[in-house]
Amino acid sequence: MDPEVTAQLEELRARLESLEQAGPENKLSMVVFSGDLDRALASFIIATGAAAMGMEVMMFFTFWGTPLLRDPKKSASGKDMMGTMFGAMLPKGAPAAKLSKMHFGGMGTKMMQGLMTKKNVASLPQMIDLAAELGIKICICDLSMSLMGFKREEMLDYPDLLYCGVATFLEQAMGSKVQLFI
Amino acid sequence: MSAMEYAKELDLRNLPCPMPVVKISKGIKEVAVGQIVKAVTTDPGALTDFPAWAKTSGNQIVETQEASGEVRFFIKRLK
Repeated sequence: MDPEVTAQLEELRARLESLEQAGPENKLSMVVFSGDLDRALASFIIATGAAAMGMEVMMFFTFWGTPLLRDPKKSASGKDMMGTMFGAMLPKGAPAAKLSKMHFGGMGTKMMQGLMTKKNVASLPQMIDLAAELGIKICICDLSMSLMGFKREEMLDYPDLLYCGVATFLEQAMGSKVQLFI
Repeated sequence: MSAMEYAKELDLRNLPCPMPVVKISKGIKEVAVGQIVKAVTTDPGALTDFPAWAKTSGNQIVETQEASGEVRFFIKRLK
């Protein structure tokens, strides 16, 4: 082959390779900001669906989403007054999450949970277990932990759990084809 | 309807979204490349969800049958 053509081919190949490396990967990065039952369910349905479609999934829990990952069976001692107050006022884990609409003092949420069981829809705690099984990564915002006075010993035992900040999320999001904020 | 050969059958009836897709993504890995999995679902959303899943995961739906409230997919593992 003409040496000039060969050189051009080489150059094109190198450029293609660098383009492939720079492009986003088959990943989903999601911010779970809300602690509402409905939004949390939607987050986990999308996350597990994405994992089923072969995507690598990372869920970043921040602000009101953080208490969803508290373990109802665990407690933490040595909190200051604000931490104790937040701890008492925020839902203690996924089973305590409320609907964003039609909660009706607990009746609406109970009815929705009953309906979900009847229609064979997985509960939020079951969805978290499924996410763990599918290898979905969870990152908990360190700032939210300290703002709300949560301690690591009161959080869920989740296999792929990391405490991190905004840079970790952004680094993941930059390399992801899909980014969501829920 | 012709009888299609398959290596594995998955009963996904009465499972709502996202379980059918989650289960088929696991089930397809239990057969060899080139083999077929039969999946039976009652989820109406599966009619559009399974082709979307197959497209992105690189598998092939070779046949879809609808009968008495059920959808039966025959899916070939391609990779």
